[in-house]
Amino acid sequence: MVKNSLIFIVLIGFAVLLADLFVGFNGNTDLNTLANHYAVSGPEEVGSANLVTAVVVTYRGLDTLGEVTILFLAAAIVSFLLKVEAGASRNRKLRSTSEILDTASKILVPVIFLFGIYVFINGHLSPGGGFQGGAIIASGLVLMLLAQPAKEVGHKLITLVESISGISFVLIGVAGVLFAAGFLDNKLLSLGKFGTIFSAGVIPVIYIFVGLKVGAELSGIITNLQENQNEA
Amino acid sequence: MINLIIAIVIGVLILIMAIIAVHHKNIVVGIIAAGVVSLFASILYLLLAAPDVAMTEAAIGSGLSTVIFFYVLNKIKRQNG
Repeated sequence: MVKNSLIFIVLIGFAVLLADLFVGFNGNTDLNTLANHYAVSGPEEVGSANLVTAVVVTYRGLDTLGEVTILFLAAAIVSFLLKVEAGASRNRKLRSTSEILDTASKILVPVIFLFGIYVFINGHLSPGGGFQGGAIIASGLVLMLLAQPAKEVGHKLITLVESISGISFVLIGVAGVLFAAGFLDNKLLSLGKFGTIFSAGVIPVIYIFVGLKVGAELSGIITNLQENQNEA
Repeated sequence: MINLIIAIVIGVLILIMAIIAVHHKNIVVGIIAAGVVSLFASILYLLLAAPDVAMTEAAIGSGLSTVIFFYVLNKIKRQNG
């Protein structure tokens, strides 16, 4: 009873603290200075039809590199803690899956992979991008592993894709320092015609690498957890 | 106006699902309720004109993290006998 009333008091305290914000809130009718700069000169400076991508990859490209690094650390820690013994996954007891799931996954998994690739290749034109595409690819892999638990996913391939795309991302950034205005500058390649697939300079290339890297990292986490299920 | 009503309904549903996720006795139901919170949140992001965030929330929040929770729950159950 005392504990519950304490929780209640803390909640009321939060409500009082936030009441001021809530009462004084009337939605922004116009953009602030920074957002206005992005919206007005973004298409011209970056050439990306999706302004969110222009901000994420070019204006705040270093933050994206940091996010990818954090995700890499998380995946590395999971695979470190859940180390699978070689050959241990062969003597697992597997529950048989239903016919419906098995058949549906055969049709759906390639389509989901293709959609993920579409999302990160078109990141500069339509909503989405590297992170979203990578997550979609990893959820396709989840469906595949649910339907066929015995399937072996090559850890070597996942590691290879992840490392190569990570190094390429950084190398593109360094090439920006050498041949263009600065780290991760997108004028490394020509801006092209606004709104076409080969436009926005180096953004599509970076997003393809980010998509592959995120997809490989999340797939690594999932396969590590899945192969580790039957071990004590 | 119609968007506002839909947003309020979704907000109330999110609150109900969150309370179920915390208070339900069965952990499996709790995990699914937490996934549904993310699913409704992604619809709300879409209504608020943020499709990029909505895609991330739908794929990671309600898809991958739910599956990861189930794998972890299974592993914990095994270890506790």
